[in-house]
Amino acid sequence: MIKLDNVHKAFGGKKVLRGVTLEVPQGESMVIIGGSGTGKSVTLKCILGLVEPDAGTIVVAGQRMGRGDREAFLSRFGMLFQGAALFDSLPVWQNVAFRLLRGHQKRPHSEARAIAIEKLRRVGLGPETADLFPAELSGGMQKRVGLARAIAADPSIIFFDEPTTGLDPIMAGVINDLIREIVVEMGATAITITHDMSSVRAIADDVAMLHDGVIKWTGTVGEMDGCDDPYVQQFIHGRAEGPIETLR
Amino acid sequence: MNAAILTRPLAALGRPVLAGLGALGRVVLYTLAVVSHLVRPPFYFREFARALLSIGWLSLPVVGLTAVFTGGALALQIYAGGSRFSAESVVPAIVAIGMVRELGPVLGALMVAARVASSIAAEIGTMKVTEQIDALVTLSTDPLKYLATPRVLAATLSLPVLVAVGDAIGIMGGWLVGTSRLGFNSSVYLTNTADFLEPWDVTSGLLKGAVFGFIIALMGCYHGMNSGRGAQGVGKATKQAVVMASVLILASNYLLTEIFFSA
Ligand SMILES: Nc1ncnc2c1ncn2[C@@H]1O[C@H](COP(=O)(O)OP(=O)(O)O)[C@@H](O)[C@H]1O
Ligand SMILES: [Mg+2]
Repeated sequence: MIKLDNVHKAFGGKKVLRGVTLEVPQGESMVIIGGSGTGKSVTLKCILGLVEPDAGTIVVAGQRMGRGDREAFLSRFGMLFQGAALFDSLPVWQNVAFRLLRGHQKRPHSEARAIAIEKLRRVGLGPETADLFPAELSGGMQKRVGLARAIAADPSIIFFDEPTTGLDPIMAGVINDLIREIVVEMGATAITITHDMSSVRAIADDVAMLHDGVIKWTGTVGEMDGCDDPYVQQFIHGRAEGPIETLR
Repeated sequence: MNAAILTRPLAALGRPVLAGLGALGRVVLYTLAVVSHLVRPPFYFREFARALLSIGWLSLPVVGLTAVFTGGALALQIYAGGSRFSAESVVPAIVAIGMVRELGPVLGALMVAARVASSIAAEIGTMKVTEQIDALVTLSTDPLKYLATPRVLAATLSLPVLVAVGDAIGIMGGWLVGTSRLGFNSSVYLTNTADFLEPWDVTSGLLKGAVFGFIIALMGCYHGMNSGRGAQGVGKATKQAVVMASVLILASNYLLTEIFFSA
């Protein structure tokens, strides 16, 4: 479904991705783990075409990135950004229903609002939040609104960039279950970035570990604990000693 | 070694020139893209209405205050200058002509640039930094069409109206000072103004206003969209938007004055 082959990306002189190769089959939930600043978000942005890779190829559903109708391509995607990235000039429900209020997927106003309120409910937010503005919400609530927006138009490919960061453990559990549900119920293909090992276990079919600009290890979530890759072991046990330098 | 002595200053000279040309090219391409979106659907009407309100309507106080004080000062100066030739009677005509042809459009636009180019650049720059622009793209919405085109159109249409209001208030400022401080008869002052002012004086100023409005919004959007990362990046983008808008307003004002009034 999604295939990255030898993707490189540098910002200025700083090489972030140095040959990322990754494959996510249709309907699978892939979780990417790795230290902060290793280029996990950049990887997702490359797939979405928000960042242009310097080299390498990205193929989504048999279609090479950058070819064909971009809008049609993106209409199948949902993305939760790391910082939620809500539009602060619009009330919450219009954020969630953004896609449903304009363009090809436009619905009547009342229908779009009803869908928005239903999606908000699924991420644990009541209808009273619908008419608030993003600035009036806490960080964790903004994140959940971002999640509701990502799933609003029932996308077939969904990316979650640190969905549970900034949430309390209970709400994190709710969100993990929701993501799992979306993948199972809607048959969506998902890539999730997280540092949270309980998220990994709840969400992942497959796990990939990004370090030093390459995928160091990839396998199923079951193989993860038993694997002898020192990078993965250090990461999942949160050890200070190991091959991953902690002083950078 | 010898070659380096020759090439280094050349390179030092060439690099900023090339960078400048590159920047110019990007601005031109950006301008063409913004304009081309005007005629390609969809048109985001709500964004346009919001921009009209914040750029046009909410700029009225600033433009009005600028005009009334400028008109008043102009009357005092022209009276002082005119009295050297015993030509104090030109005050109404010259105040009106000076206001509608030059000072109304230019000072009004500079004030609006300070107010609007900065706020557009800060808003769009913040959207860039907080990934809202990326979010727009992933929601299948072209940021240029959604953010830039409505604002540029709103500013281009608003500025002539603001200039017209400024013209009227500026002339009124001159009249206030003329009648209260310089001893002009009120009705004489007004007929004098009306008799000497020609339609083209006013129209040319309004056309200038449209061009300035275009420049203001374009610079705000361009610099916001190309904002660097973090709060510092937004600050820099905001400053650049105001500086570039102001410089381009003054430069294009000279050019337009040449075109409109020379020969
Ligand atoms: N637009 C950009 N311009 C310059 N550097 C960037 C940009 N986006 C990301 N980076 C850099 O790339 C590196 C990886 O970033 P990111 O993918 O956000 O890390 P993470 O793995 O924590 O998500 C960071 O060092 C970041 O500073
Ligand atoms: Mg990240």
